[in-house]
Amino acid sequence: MLTVLGAYSWINIRFLLEGAWVTILVSVCSIILSYIFGIILGIIRYVKIKYFSAIVGFIIDIIRNLPLILIIFFTYFGLPNIGFKPDPIWASVIAMAVFESAMVAEIVRAGIVSIPVGQMEGARSTGMSYWQALRYIILPQAIKNMIPAIVSQFISLVKDTSLATIIVLPDLMNHAQIIYGQNTNYTIPMFLALAVMYFIVCYSLSLLSQYLDHRLGTAKKSGEVVEVVQGAER
Amino acid sequence: MISIFQNYGGTLLYGLGQTLLCSLIALFFALIIGSAFAILEVFPNKFLRVISRVYIELFRNIPLLVITMFFYVVIPMYVVEISGFVSGTIGLTLYSSAFIAETVRSGIQSVDPGQMEGARANGLSFWQAMRYIILPQAFRYVIPPLGNQFINLVKNSSVLAFVAGFDLMYQGNVIASDSLQSMSTYLCVGVLYLILTLPLSYYMRYLEKKLA
Repeated sequence: MLTVLGAYSWINIRFLLEGAWVTILVSVCSIILSYIFGIILGIIRYVKIKYFSAIVGFIIDIIRNLPLILIIFFTYFGLPNIGFKPDPIWASVIAMAVFESAMVAEIVRAGIVSIPVGQMEGARSTGMSYWQALRYIILPQAIKNMIPAIVSQFISLVKDTSLATIIVLPDLMNHAQIIYGQNTNYTIPMFLALAVMYFIVCYSLSLLSQYLDHRLGTAKKSGEVVEVVQGAER
Repeated sequence: MISIFQNYGGTLLYGLGQTLLCSLIALFFALIIGSAFAILEVFPNKFLRVISRVYIELFRNIPLLVITMFFYVVIPMYVVEISGFVSGTIGLTLYSSAFIAETVRSGIQSVDPGQMEGARANGLSFWQAMRYIILPQAFRYVIPPLGNQFINLVKNSSVLAFVAGFDLMYQGNVIASDSLQSMSTYLCVGVLYLILTLPLSYYMRYLEKKLA
């Protein structure tokens, strides 16, 4: 029993919290980047610029169908072969941002598709240009519909940051491994702490997603978006 | 890239086989466990519903890596010696079963409640109604999302690389450090993963359009 309590000494807790800070930092950076690039890519995919959109769409499909671990490895170990050498934090932010932008792009496309065609036609007939209609009429409605799906995607992003321990990103998972690596008695307490910490973050995000769903009154529509989005984890 | 395929083709194919094997085993058991919890979720008994809810939320909100490492580190330490492949497959099964349970549950709930009421009114028991009326109809709705879950499963099986599961990703790392050509090795591994996932992904998209 004492060993279990010893695992939660202040030094260990502080070390875990330092890891949690890196996890949150990497998550937030990649969430911001993937939100921006995801929306841009999703629009490019939707508006059908000749050849360009098709190529972008194919690249998005390729990235979405690769394991994230592979992309992390590629960024950290592959890119130095052509002279670009990121440190673990940057490598994981870049890898996560690339992967999640592709995921968000698909959600954005599905969100735009879920808006009735009449909205675009109506906007155009009142004299708006295509881009104005997209900017002021379609996107605001589409983004509202896809917020819950995007929040769900960010939950898997937070969980997936744990994969970056393989390139020695000093995150929560990595710090827990260091602690139970020094004292094997701490293994179970550390896994418990890991599970609780990840669960608290992800479950509260999941509740936020449900709340937004309820608040925005999009429960049915965002359900449609989620159905259109392929490969969404939830 | 071609030289990697020439020199390490056998290893890569072995890894591909292990990835596929692990994914299929995990899919099989995750389907059984997931469907069981999905049925519990719509069960009249509140206690069972809560149990199922807790199971699903637990495994959906904990990273796959934490679950897998638990089976790789803790179980051999205290219970029984298991290989990396087995612990990876168990972790993958539990993680995927939660997502599959959600998918199947939404399929069951998309069947008109009148179907269940009608079946019960005709004298079928809950299980009979489930087995003969609800599930066959729900199954149709859940085929495309289940296909997507399988794609996710194949992608997630790369977590075996953490626990020495000898899957494609693990072999890729071995080859990368052996050949010192990380970039082309990972490109080769990527191509092999795409051979598994991309056709399935496009087929599911086609199926979704057809069923919609």
